[in-house]
Amino acid sequence: MDVAPRPPDRGALGRALSALVPAVPFLWLAFFFLVPFAIVFKIALSEPATAQPPYRPVFDLSQGFEGLREAFSQLSFYNFTLLLEDSLYFSSFISSLRIAAVSTVLLLAIGFPIAYAMAKAPERWRPTLLMLVILPFWTSFLIRVYAWIGILKPEGLLSALLINLGLISEPLQIMNTDTAVFIGIVYSYLPFMVLPLYATLEKFDYTLLEAAEDLGCPPWRAFWRITVPLAMPGVLAGCLLCFIPVVGEFVIPDLLGGSETLMIGRTLWSEFFSNRDWPLASAVAVVLLVLLVGPIVAYRDIEARRWEKAK
Amino acid sequence: MSMAVDGRRRGSLAIGAVRRDFAPWADPGAIPLIRFEQVTKRYGEVTAVDNLSLDIYEREFFCLLGPSGCGKTTLMRMLAGFEAASEGRIVLAGQDLSGVPPYRRPVNMMFQSYALFPHMSVERNIAFGLEQDRLPKAEIADRVVEMLRLVQLEPFARRRPSQLSGGQRQRVALARALAKRPKVLLLDEPLGALDKKLREETQFELMDLQVKLGMTFLVVTHDQEEAMTMADRIAVMDHGRIVQVATPGEIYEQPASRYVAEFIGDVNILEGKVIAAGEGRCTLAVADAPEPVSVAGVAEPLSPGREVALALRPEKLVLTQEEPPPHTPNVFAGTIWDIGYLGDWTIYLVRLASGKTLRVSRANVTRFVERPLSWDDKVFVHFAPEAGVVLTR
Repeated sequence: MDVAPRPPDRGALGRALSALVPAVPFLWLAFFFLVPFAIVFKIALSEPATAQPPYRPVFDLSQGFEGLREAFSQLSFYNFTLLLEDSLYFSSFISSLRIAAVSTVLLLAIGFPIAYAMAKAPERWRPTLLMLVILPFWTSFLIRVYAWIGILKPEGLLSALLINLGLISEPLQIMNTDTAVFIGIVYSYLPFMVLPLYATLEKFDYTLLEAAEDLGCPPWRAFWRITVPLAMPGVLAGCLLCFIPVVGEFVIPDLLGGSETLMIGRTLWSEFFSNRDWPLASAVAVVLLVLLVGPIVAYRDIEARRWEKAK
Repeated sequence: MSMAVDGRRRGSLAIGAVRRDFAPWADPGAIPLIRFEQVTKRYGEVTAVDNLSLDIYEREFFCLLGPSGCGKTTLMRMLAGFEAASEGRIVLAGQDLSGVPPYRRPVNMMFQSYALFPHMSVERNIAFGLEQDRLPKAEIADRVVEMLRLVQLEPFARRRPSQLSGGQRQRVALARALAKRPKVLLLDEPLGALDKKLREETQFELMDLQVKLGMTFLVVTHDQEEAMTMADRIAVMDHGRIVQVATPGEIYEQPASRYVAEFIGDVNILEGKVIAAGEGRCTLAVADAPEPVSVAGVAEPLSPGREVALALRPEKLVLTQEEPPPHTPNVFAGTIWDIGYLGDWTIYLVRLASGKTLRVSRANVTRFVERPLSWDDKVFVHFAPEAGVVLTR
């Protein structure tokens, strides 16, 4: 196996400049992610108050070091214990996981054939097909979800079409149910599933399937033994890319779902805006982040280990 | 052409002894293993294979040779089952293969790109075909070990294809295709991706294997050296048709047409007209020669006035600095136009008075030459009457 050649030694200035390159995204992440996260975490440790901002304590540097120390002593993990006690948050979280899991499976079932067909299409069609998948992103996400309301409501387009065709006699009651939420999520997130799958399948060497057939494997079996295992990286990427945002999804369940469609995003929203309980909402956000970051870190770990083994 | 002088050469000479008596195509009673019956393949307007008929016998090392686009790969894929013939049929061991999918044919292929399954180890790659047949696990394991030993890859059994060199990957592909002991092994440009040294070694390895296993090999290649070295018989193809099927020796020394003569090796083609012919000899009026040229060993009857071509191989032409003695047949006078020194051979381009350039090659049989030839030297080229082949096509 060839080893990549070592880059030439550039001297101290060169090394400093080389270190600058990864420093830029690092600083970006630190500033736009770590700092806001620290702020939210601090709010999670505070208690609600009828004031502006609606939590205590507020760090006031004019009070000097003593003031800071006093403020620190008022922080507590009370909100986190509250989360554990009230079943609402736990149920919302489990419900979110359930809906995200089902949505991901649906996305995979619908997205894989689409990506496969795109990858096998003649070369000259592929840019157009790719464009068609990406095109919805050029319009507003919110307006597209609203459009679904127009389609799915009892007086909407879907019911009207089916009644006109004589397939049903009563208008459909899809709006404000879990079904409507699934439709909305699958519709909105389909490109996130199709694109990573397409990227993997496009690089697929179809001669492998011929070789499998030559060795006595009928095409349907070759699909499961050759195509699927080799498409796994794309499948995993697509699933993670869909699952994680869907868990925290708020707009779609809010607009299309009913009052029984419990999702952690909505719970957080109502906690923040309706109850004005910023600290509790922040605690929910922190827990949500930690619970979602876990799988991502695990995935990266697996990938990194796979890389090392391949070397 | 240089060949490695080592132990392996002796092995191939032994094979040569076995194969000298091996000529089932000459036996009228022999039944071919593979028979292509008037096979045609069309892709819309384009005809890739045109009404082709061919017999291949068991234990033959057969080569389909031709430039890209001549239809050789299409023909092989039709035998493997990846393409269906538009017309005609293919019969293997008495069984008509029409409508039989690739996974039910007793044929296995070694792909040009090897097509090894990247997510499986070498062992599992080789075992793949055997698993499809639902053989018992112990038998599969034994067969895999046997194959690994055959291609000398035992220490690499657990490795993945990405951890192997090109030559090793090729051997895995070979072992995988041989594991099921097919009736016919198809090889698609097997030596294309290898460097020269490895190519020569692998050529002899393949020949050894084929004799040892007693299998029928069908190789598709555009490399005439490959075909000439390895094959028992070669089919030269052009635009979907077979131009000549013969042993390497026959193809080289008795080409059936201009196309074959020019495709294999180097050749000088002289245009001429028949003056007189009879009893296997003829006299030609050649534009580039002052005197008529006499040719022996003429197979077909030629009528006077017929326009023909005379094919002369460079090594059959004799180059002298002094004028050859009188009564020497077929003498041409010329000057050295260019010299190519290859170490073991030297190629001379000799320009004749007519402007035509003859290519003459000579083995460098001595290390020191007293009067070496140089550019613009006046020389004479002559050849024996049996040295040339008269081509009517």
